[in-house]
Amino acid sequence: MSEVLDRQTTKLRIIDSDIHPSLASERDLDPFLSTRWRKHIAEYGKLSHRPLAGRGTYPRFSPNTARRDAWPANGNAPGSDLDFMRRQLLDRYDIEVGILEPLLDCNLVRNPGLAAALCSAINDWQVAAFTSQERRLRASILIPFEDPAAAVVEIDRRAGDRNFAQIQLTSRSLAPIGQRRYWPIFEAAARHGLPIGMHIGGESGHAPSPGGWPSFYAEDHHVLVHSMQTQLTSMILEGVFEHFPTLKMICIEGGFAWAPNLAWRLDRHWQKMRSEVPDLTMPPSAYMRRNVWFSTQPMEEPERPEELRRTLEWIGWDRLVFASDYPHWDFDDPEHAFPCRLSEAERRAIFRGNAEGIYRL
Amino acid sequence: MTRHVVAAVRDLPPGGRKLFSVRGRPIAVFNLEGQFYGLLNRCPHQGGSLCEGLLTGLVLADTPGEYRMERAGEIIRCPWHGWEFDIRTGQSWCEPDKIAVRQFPVQATSGQALVQGPYVAETIAVSVEEHYIVVEI
Repeated sequence: MSEVLDRQTTKLRIIDSDIHPSLASERDLDPFLSTRWRKHIAEYGKLSHRPLAGRGTYPRFSPNTARRDAWPANGNAPGSDLDFMRRQLLDRYDIEVGILEPLLDCNLVRNPGLAAALCSAINDWQVAAFTSQERRLRASILIPFEDPAAAVVEIDRRAGDRNFAQIQLTSRSLAPIGQRRYWPIFEAAARHGLPIGMHIGGESGHAPSPGGWPSFYAEDHHVLVHSMQTQLTSMILEGVFEHFPTLKMICIEGGFAWAPNLAWRLDRHWQKMRSEVPDLTMPPSAYMRRNVWFSTQPMEEPERPEELRRTLEWIGWDRLVFASDYPHWDFDDPEHAFPCRLSEAERRAIFRGNAEGIYRL
Repeated sequence: MTRHVVAAVRDLPPGGRKLFSVRGRPIAVFNLEGQFYGLLNRCPHQGGSLCEGLLTGLVLADTPGEYRMERAGEIIRCPWHGWEFDIRTGQSWCEPDKIAVRQFPVQATSGQALVQGPYVAETIAVSVEEHYIVVEI
């Protein structure tokens, strides 16, 4: 193929696996909530697991944890204005498919009925406000995962609807998510062929670090990574991927350079202690290579960029998907995010091909 | 080097900043107490628009718990990942020897001096009574 043709076909048509939509107003969910729950929220609020009910998780480093240039002219929250999102992200970077990852109070609200109602309302809202108006966007099915029976009802309701690309879980839950009580969720995901997007974060009420509550946001931001490692380890060792061999999971916004290290260590543990988890028929790393993917954002930035290539090789070019995290402050610009050289095949796999397979696009 | 008149001085008061396009280059011009500084409006990290960042200073501490703010209004923080740059030098605060934003010389010049030329003023009419911000490229 000539060089000119090569260049023409390099147009990436990116798949972005992490875009955060926001409510322009709290009232945006009203049309999708019953009178009973609207009244409940007005009278009792949405009790969550965080220590201070009135203190949300934002700001984190910047207002709404957003890029400072991502506020639409109307002053509403970054991520709430579809036209602005089109201009600043979808059109600007030629993004062909973007997966919405709403991070709104819902699945970890303590009242189980309210959690289910809010998840369902947010699912309806994603379709009404975004995916029905913009074909490039796909929604995530939010589920009240602490009540797996209710979660399965919501999954069954949305499965088959092309507006939805995946089921969203968070990297923090009341118990490690691989435990048996959560399995109905994985059974439903596997039955419908829906991938799990495990997004970093969530307010579980537990201290974010195994050593307790950190003093600083920089610490808090970092220890999130441990929550992702905890969930992944739990799912592997509890046998989720052994019992649901077709289940696909994407670890979103948890970084990725730790993955080889986790795989090496778990394999060593398994070699010595596999009698404790006799269900597993393969070393832990084999499940990671078969069932798990990682989003590239936030990009790892080693001092010597070529070391990033080695890390990516260890993980496997087929295990990584691009994510921008728009409109959050740690947004990765697809044109500048990779500090190292990528071959054409590697670029295509990361920016498009791998995600195409996972989301069956 | 060509002198480009981008605005009248009174349009960019001290503490202000404004984005200009000069010969196709996006240049953020800052007014620090009457002195003008120009930086290429692309963060060397991932290209964020510096002009839209937070104008701030340096929070410093010699011992834990004793904080002070220095050089307020002289540091621009990228609106994306928060990298900080010294407006006066373009240098990155964290890695001043390795990372810098490209600088462009900017001066306040009287209309009287300008009319003797040569200069380029694409969108502004220059009059002898005014003072102007001039970017050299």
